[in-house]
Amino acid sequence: MIGLQRGATTLGMTRRHFEDFAVGDVLPLPERRVERADIIAFAAEFDPQPYHLDERAPATDLTAGLSASGWHICAVFMRMLCDGFLLESTCMGSPGIETLKWRRPVRPGDRLKGTSTVVETRPSKSRPEIGIIRFRHEVTNQTGEMVMWMENPVMFERRAR
Amino acid sequence: MIYEEIVVGSTHELGAHTFTREEIKRFATLYDPQRFHVDEEAAEASLLGGLCASGWHTASVMMSLFSRYFARQIERAAASGRQAPPLGPSPGFDNLRWLKPVYPDDTIAFTGRIAAKRESGSRPGWGIVSIETLGTNQAGEPVFTHTGHVFVAMAKTG
Repeated sequence: MIGLQRGATTLGMTRRHFEDFAVGDVLPLPERRVERADIIAFAAEFDPQPYHLDERAPATDLTAGLSASGWHICAVFMRMLCDGFLLESTCMGSPGIETLKWRRPVRPGDRLKGTSTVVETRPSKSRPEIGIIRFRHEVTNQTGEMVMWMENPVMFERRAR
Repeated sequence: MIYEEIVVGSTHELGAHTFTREEIKRFATLYDPQRFHVDEEAAEASLLGGLCASGWHTASVMMSLFSRYFARQIERAAASGRQAPPLGPSPGFDNLRWLKPVYPDDTIAFTGRIAAKRESGSRPGWGIVSIETLGTNQAGEPVFTHTGHVFVAMAKTG
């Protein structure tokens, strides 16, 4: 009951609920700089391709120099989403990602920014306390080039009626 | 790993990983500090029923096993004297589903099925291979799936 009270009253009034999203809303995500050491540490654990670990990896016509793992870009994006609005919301998780495209490499020192645009709002049929917001998330670099985009439904609590 | 050797329909056992409480919290603290990934008490009161891994953590562990599996294949091919360039980059993926939470001490085994392959229209010398992955927990329940696409070098001709 303590957990429920904390969720429902103390934070409940100010957190962003399902009803607080409208189609067409564009939510800005805060800038985040991607450091060389983080690129290498993430790749060593999760994606040890030569071009994610070492500037001197042999170039191919699709890769040259050191670039971040695509999954590292996803993880950095997730932190931007958390800091942008998710931690101050009633987010209850996500069932998945419909489509994701990695459009450009991320290099050491790149500064990423992003937006989350609401494309659909839909109350859950099976669970009346939940609503689903579908987003198109876009991540760009410091020169405004598209780095990654995805389409993704996220579940939020609805306000008590 | 060359494009011509990849067989559509073949299934590959990528390996398994046991998620510890510590690594779940470490990943989430860096990248996904929602309460159900970092705070055990809050997680128990949530829809997810207890502390569980960030979905991006599960996906990253899949990538780790995928990457190491194909690195072993490439080493084996090179040892037998066959051409074996590393995998190319990925243009993206479709239909990623987090089907069930991954909890501390869960062991997730991943497989990859070659769903399709085609020659790249825009990148001569490269094919695009689509791989449907599936992660299953120790109770046999599917927890993760996605269809990833990856550039794979074609055999050099001439």
